[in-house]
Amino acid sequence: MTAQDVSTLKAKPIDFGAVAKDLLGTAVVAMLILVPIISHKSVITQYSLVLETRWPTIAIIMAVLLSVRLAMHLFVWNRAPKPVAARSAGATKVTWTDTVAPYVLPVMIVLAILLPILAGGERRPIDLGIYILTYIMLAWGLNVVVGLAGLLDLGYVAFYAVGAYAYALLSTVYFPYWFGDGIVPWAFYITLPLAGLLAALWGVILGFPVLRLRGDYLAIVTLAFGEIIRLVLINWFDFTNGPQGITVPKATFFGLPFTAGEGGFAAFFGIEHNRIYYYIFLYYVILALALLTYYVTNRLRRLPIGRAWEALREDEIACRSLGINTTNTKLTAFAIGAMFGGFAGSFFAARQGFVSPESFVFIESAIILAIVVLGGLGSQLGIVFAAIAIMGAFELFRELNFLEAVLPAGTDPVHFRMLAVGLAMVLMMRFRPRGFVTRRQPTVFLKERKAVSGDLVKEGHG
Amino acid sequence: MASPDKNAVLSVEHLTMRFGGLTAISDLSFDAYPGEITALIGPNGAGKTTVFNCITGFYKPTEGRIAFKHPDGKEFLLERMDDFKIAQNAKVARTFQNIRLFSGMTVLENLMVAQHNKLMLASGYTVGGILGLGGFRRAEKAAIELAKSWLEKVRLIDRADDPAGDLPYGDQRRLEIARAMCTGPSLLCLDEPAAGLNPRESEELNKLLKAIRTENDVAILLIEHDMSVVMGISDHIVVLDYGQKISDGDPASVKSDPAVIRAYLGVEDEEEDAIAAKAIAEALGDQS
Repeated sequence: MTAQDVSTLKAKPIDFGAVAKDLLGTAVVAMLILVPIISHKSVITQYSLVLETRWPTIAIIMAVLLSVRLAMHLFVWNRAPKPVAARSAGATKVTWTDTVAPYVLPVMIVLAILLPILAGGERRPIDLGIYILTYIMLAWGLNVVVGLAGLLDLGYVAFYAVGAYAYALLSTVYFPYWFGDGIVPWAFYITLPLAGLLAALWGVILGFPVLRLRGDYLAIVTLAFGEIIRLVLINWFDFTNGPQGITVPKATFFGLPFTAGEGGFAAFFGIEHNRIYYYIFLYYVILALALLTYYVTNRLRRLPIGRAWEALREDEIACRSLGINTTNTKLTAFAIGAMFGGFAGSFFAARQGFVSPESFVFIESAIILAIVVLGGLGSQLGIVFAAIAIMGAFELFRELNFLEAVLPAGTDPVHFRMLAVGLAMVLMMRFRPRGFVTRRQPTVFLKERKAVSGDLVKEGHG
Repeated sequence: MASPDKNAVLSVEHLTMRFGGLTAISDLSFDAYPGEITALIGPNGAGKTTVFNCITGFYKPTEGRIAFKHPDGKEFLLERMDDFKIAQNAKVARTFQNIRLFSGMTVLENLMVAQHNKLMLASGYTVGGILGLGGFRRAEKAAIELAKSWLEKVRLIDRADDPAGDLPYGDQRRLEIARAMCTGPSLLCLDEPAAGLNPRESEELNKLLKAIRTENDVAILLIEHDMSVVMGISDHIVVLDYGQKISDGDPASVKSDPAVIRAYLGVEDEEEDAIAAKAIAEALGDQS
């Protein structure tokens, strides 16, 4: 390193003129924002509406703002820049995360299997487990479309809805009509695969017209598709019972209902009846479904079809030049993603015991997509962490009662959860734009499996 | 002009491509033969890449016929086929002027994607692959062996597990050729394979292309500006200028063709006047 290089690393002297200019600029911008919003407040008194001024508040905010900015100037922004490490041209370095990574998933699966025991008869952790696992499964399904094939799908919840309504309608209307009431206890097991197939069919139906589109256009059409399905569910009253929704039979333990008394699950096994058994059963069902999703999608990634999905994300024209039928490849991605959405929807209906169009709004699609993006680079493990982080944060905010002490009187912490999640997303995009997992694992290797740096992996363009 | 030749693997006949009012190629005919390297040269904007895009199906030609004949006798009319079907069934592989590798996938994965159709069939369209049936595993092993043999030929075997986007430029060019060859083509179309290579690398490319020609039963069609590559390895050169063929023959005859020299070096003023006068005379003659 030359002498000149060393000197540039030293702390810069503080230019007080520039600092003063910056503080003045900050003050002007802050006043422009704060005065219209905060300076006046309308107060309803007993007889009239009066304007109350709040200049002291503005003064306090300004003081805090300027002192923080001054502190940044004095202690942070004048620090010497860190020397930038040269990016290695070859493979990325092995870090401790790489050594730990292979053990994380097995440990998590074992913990997931043991959760009902660890919960010790409490219903709350099991409910939360079901909730998070449903989203993990949905995100693993959507990951095929978004993470691997690089097609932006904003209407994924439509397939979730197809699955849920498939179970609701088949188990309450069609199965009893076709096969008699005796079938109802088994309806869940019969409808589950059917719901997946129906959702996959809808995936193909959606796929055909939209696959010529790319990027933003594809996103808009899938968004519209999600809304169309929801509006049809609301308005086709004769078929779906409209906004009133449908009450659906609960799932049974292979024909044994979770009821007290004769013929129930508890009586059959000679144990005392407890509603918790039903939730534990549901927990294991969704765990099994999620693990199935994991196994199948993971396996698909290592098959030619999965490699074609990823190649499609990287470069569609190159794919076509190699003889890959890109239309079929995209359709399979849509269909398989939709299928897992359908399974999850069917489970959702059975768990809730009730379906209505309200459950399938756009924000659901957005949350599932956020989990996939936050997970990073089509990584399945990343999705687990992202789902726990996002869904866990949602649930956490329901219980943060201590925040009431800090917050203004009469404010419910629940109201802040979207704000907090939004802030978390902004910070995430600032510091880890490609999600939790920043390296892609190759599907095949000759000598050693070297992870591919996220800088090289493309995000797909629709 | 050129009558369809029985031995030709590729016969381009009266090919015309118009984009709105612009005629990029007009009435172009030429043949390419198995085991030969045919070079397509011409000044910038002559329409070379457009010819490639017509042959590989990325453009649909406005007029003309592109007949493709396999050594085993199967015939295809490429102007009627989708781009991916041309690669899949007619076995025409191509590379791109601006390299199009799957940069986030490893070198080996790139070559595995190139063998997609074969592996798809072996995996029973994914069903057999999910169930882990033996046929697929054998096919995958064979695919890896083929990829390995190509990696050895292009000297990238040591970088097999590195991401393709991390390779130096020259290596990426060679990898793209290896990827195209992994599809098992009868016609390999290379769009400026020597662009951006240093003299040592283009010498190496010459050797590689000659080896591909002799060891594999494949015809090579080449667009190139680097004359050391074109003159060094081509058996047959087609020269384009403003979308029209101005010369066609072996390297020696093309090199001495006055029309080619004119297109590349321009013409003296008097000569230009003479050409203009001749053209006017011809035009008048046509009218009468």
